[in-house]
Amino acid sequence: MEEELQNQIAGLKAQLENLAVNQAENKISMIVFSGDLDKALAAFVIATGAVAMGLEVVMFFTFWGTPLLRDKLKKVAGKDMMGAMFGTMLPKGTGQVKLSKMNMAGMGTAMMKSLMKKKNVASLEQMLEMAGELGVKIFVCEMSMDLMGFKREEMINYPDLTYCGVAKFLEEAMHSKIQLFI
Amino acid sequence: MEEIKVDKVMDLKGLPCPMPVVKVSKGIKEVQVGQVIEAITTDPGALADFPAWARTSGNEILKTDQGDGVIKIYIKRDK
Repeated sequence: MEEELQNQIAGLKAQLENLAVNQAENKISMIVFSGDLDKALAAFVIATGAVAMGLEVVMFFTFWGTPLLRDKLKKVAGKDMMGAMFGTMLPKGTGQVKLSKMNMAGMGTAMMKSLMKKKNVASLEQMLEMAGELGVKIFVCEMSMDLMGFKREEMINYPDLTYCGVAKFLEEAMHSKIQLFI
Repeated sequence: MEEIKVDKVMDLKGLPCPMPVVKVSKGIKEVQVGQVIEAITTDPGALADFPAWARTSGNEILKTDQGDGVIKIYIKRDK
């Protein structure tokens, strides 16, 4: 009888521990796949707003989102031909990205930027800096880095930046109440 | 109605989303529990955003005043 009870208690304990592991926290996990000015802006508005709402924030930058985190001033040597080509063709950081629509050879993007300034909307550069101050965690997809030939030495100095793969993101997403793909 | 005693005034005029709630969520930590912030904003979205923020963060909107394109929101720090 006593043994049976103890077995039941042990079973319940195991279930409770499992519950704790799988509990969604007050966290938002975002995949930033797009490298467009407008979409990245939306991602950062949500990220900074989420901190204000008391959420922990994780942004996972992958594919076209990865170049957003390049430092425009850093130069790296020793890339292979494809890497050098991608390096030249892709934007170097938040200051060089374009609108997903109405870019019109750069005119549309320039117009949008001046409009944002006039309306006091924070620029992507300011948003990224603010995200860092607010403790937004950034993860960078290692596979995208490798595909595009980016080196760690050319990425921005961000307070909380980790290079990782999909499993790390999924672990964060499993524990988040909100998950977004942008 | 009883006059609200304001402990901190935050001028957020001209700042669009998400700055008003980002700034107030920082500012509320600079007053004591029970003290009141007067947030002055020109963002019409604040009328929906501040109550949502207050409910989520466990603070309280005491009063909202509107006029001349300026919105004044009085927020009490509850925790």
